[in-house]
Amino acid sequence: MNTFELLGAGLLTAFQWGNLLYALIGVTLGTAVGVLPGIGPALTVALLLPVTYRLDPAGSLIMFAGIYYGGMYGGSTTSILLNTPGESASIVTALEGNKMARKGRGGPALATAAIGSFIAGLVATLGLAFIAPSVVKFALSFGPSEYFALMLLAFMTVSAAFGESTLRGLTALFIGLALGLIGIDQLTGQTRLAMNTPNLFDGISVTTLAVALFAIGETIAVVASRTAMDDRIQAVKGSVWMSREDWARSWKSWLRGTAIGFPIGAMPAGGADVASFLSYSAEKQFSKHPEEFGQGAIEGVAGPEAANNASAAGTLVPLLTLGLPTTATAAIMLAGFQQFGLQPGPLLFVTNAPLVWGLIASLLVANLMLLVLNLPLIGLWVRLLMIPRPWLYAGILIFATLGTIGASASTFVVFGIPTSFELGLLLLFGLLGYLLRRFGYPIAPVVVGLILGPMAERSLRQALQIGQGDPTVLVDSWISVTLIGLAIAAVVVPMILRARGKGKMLAAMAGDED
Amino acid sequence: MRHYLLAALAAGSLLLAAPAFAADYTIMAPAAPGGGWDQTARTMQAALQDEGISSNVQVINVPGAGGTIGLAQFVNQSSGNPEALIVGGYVMVGAILTNASPVTLDQVTPIARLTGEYEAIVVPAGSDIQDMAGLVAKLKEDPGAVSWGGGSAGGTDHITAGLVAKAAGVDPTKVNYIAFSGGGEALAAILGNQVTVGISGYGEFAEQVKAGTLRVIGISSDEPVEGIDAPTFKDAGIDVSIQNWRMVAAAPDISAEQKAAITADIEKMVKSESWQKAVADKGWADTYLAGDAFDAQLKKDTAATAGILKEIGLVK
Repeated sequence: MNTFELLGAGLLTAFQWGNLLYALIGVTLGTAVGVLPGIGPALTVALLLPVTYRLDPAGSLIMFAGIYYGGMYGGSTTSILLNTPGESASIVTALEGNKMARKGRGGPALATAAIGSFIAGLVATLGLAFIAPSVVKFALSFGPSEYFALMLLAFMTVSAAFGESTLRGLTALFIGLALGLIGIDQLTGQTRLAMNTPNLFDGISVTTLAVALFAIGETIAVVASRTAMDDRIQAVKGSVWMSREDWARSWKSWLRGTAIGFPIGAMPAGGADVASFLSYSAEKQFSKHPEEFGQGAIEGVAGPEAANNASAAGTLVPLLTLGLPTTATAAIMLAGFQQFGLQPGPLLFVTNAPLVWGLIASLLVANLMLLVLNLPLIGLWVRLLMIPRPWLYAGILIFATLGTIGASASTFVVFGIPTSFELGLLLLFGLLGYLLRRFGYPIAPVVVGLILGPMAERSLRQALQIGQGDPTVLVDSWISVTLIGLAIAAVVVPMILRARGKGKMLAAMAGDED
Repeated sequence: MRHYLLAALAAGSLLLAAPAFAADYTIMAPAAPGGGWDQTARTMQAALQDEGISSNVQVINVPGAGGTIGLAQFVNQSSGNPEALIVGGYVMVGAILTNASPVTLDQVTPIARLTGEYEAIVVPAGSDIQDMAGLVAKLKEDPGAVSWGGGSAGGTDHITAGLVAKAAGVDPTKVNYIAFSGGGEALAAILGNQVTVGISGYGEFAEQVKAGTLRVIGISSDEPVEGIDAPTFKDAGIDVSIQNWRMVAAAPDISAEQKAAITADIEKMVKSESWQKAVADKGWADTYLAGDAFDAQLKKDTAATAGILKEIGLVK
């Protein structure tokens, strides 16, 4: 059978009532966990594994895939409306999305995120079906030196994209880089900056830091300032729906986001967060309205949201073709496959074709289901903003703390009372988030530093170790050379432009951010 | 919202653990949900409940630092509690040493080894290394030129690489071991020809070997394993045998009767149909070992691991 027939047969599997129900349960659960800060799709799938033990393989895998896609979706809702990213891939969405929501444009922001996610999910799932083998080949050609070049590019473009003051942006980035050094060094097994606290040996969790800086920090800021309480947020201004201009500005961003997200998701050390950072900086470069960045530019929501969903589909490429899980959720889905005696690998497409195509087809169905579920709900979601702020922030605090405690049962004893260590970290970083806000430092670069710093360090050291200390391995392949070239261009080109007296335009381009 | 209730329950169960009758167990998985130890704990939970050995089994996750955070919490909070169990494994032995953990496995009551996995050394199909002898020759020529891709530093993969080099007469400190954040990332590096050889649990490589993209050149078992077309390290002249095992242990300071009761429950579970089926489905090897034989094996593994970790330079 050719690919079309297989996909058709898969769609027939996916459209069975039972499987449609599993997909529906999956996307609903996924959206719910995506909304809760601190609890991600990985934890949900892990907790559901034993429950699904008695279900049939196709149904439960379809449900897991629904949770995964749904989680990517749900995260954007809280990012946009409450400035509280539910997981690391929606951090970037909070930057522009929340600005839009505060100006009464929460509806269009949610709509562009939902439609962008749908389109990205659709294109990327079709990519998974038709070009998975060649994508995987490209992803495998990324070794440590190529990753390092990619990280360089990300640092250069991302740090330039944040904040109006380069110095403040870099300061925030370096706080993140320093936090990223905490814990056991993966290459030598030695602990660094952990102050002999075993709870710090695994480093600072990205989710804890993100939830703390955004949600807790903002809550403290609101409490601390009388005027912020009085500052009424405009819930809805104009239409809840996207205008013609919104469409015109969004569609290219959706496609660019997909093009960035899908291959990066397929890379073993890629991931949705990296994809969303790169997409954000790309949108800022390409936008016709760069001055709006930091004030609520719709491209800054459309691109990264498409990128994180496309990368979720990208993750399934190495999982299904090589049996290679590249994210925590994928690792647990792999465990789900094994539970049913299926071993994902190069032979899975041959030995279990109906199941694989059923899964791919149900991804398409789940994606459509998410769009249908979410679009009508937008009107309801934006009403969240009309809740009096003290209640709203009290609710955010409860969800953030419960989510954090739920994710780790690790306790330590203070004055005879067992206390959650993660909760302590959450409050501490919440305070940091408040101080950063108070003194005008951007928040996002801290999280970016924590995510990218360790990846960059590891890739650099792995590359040098493989090359036995010879630095030329870093520019050994055309991929590295291209990426490093782009990174240099990202720094040099603005300098040349400035030297030619176009400084004014650039100054305008460097919009500000929270 | 079900997951959410479960998560809240897991968090609360530590504080509220006041089980109603003796056959209840709370199993701590000292790792994040989804990993090997977590799966072991949850498979135990299902088997114990399905077979009616225990009516109420809870699993709690306390992740971090190779299981040593969970272990410390277990030792401090469960002392004398006959209902508390912890899942652990060989990785913990290494982590206790490299992290200079304040608590060790001497402080818990080991019950039984449950499952195990052998380490395999693989090369890409196109590699010029054909067998262990070829690898040893390359190592002797220039140890640094052979890059080994495996899991994190100080883990089973790293320890095995050190032991193999040492047994081949090569200085273990010269081993060029590239630590990746997990078997998956290491596998990608091997497939992408970024490293010379790969070393990890055989399960990580099994599908690639079947598809012919990787070649196994040696396996760390004592006897050849059915279905794996490669000699043991011992048969290839490298005197190394190692097993990445998983175990279950009970709380410190429980009575001999309590220990016997738990051991009996675990034995019943291991022999049950639902456990055997789950083990087969997940591709684990049932290497059940209990009593004095397990205690002796644990001591031997701990001593050998401490020795090699010092020699690789990870433990001072």
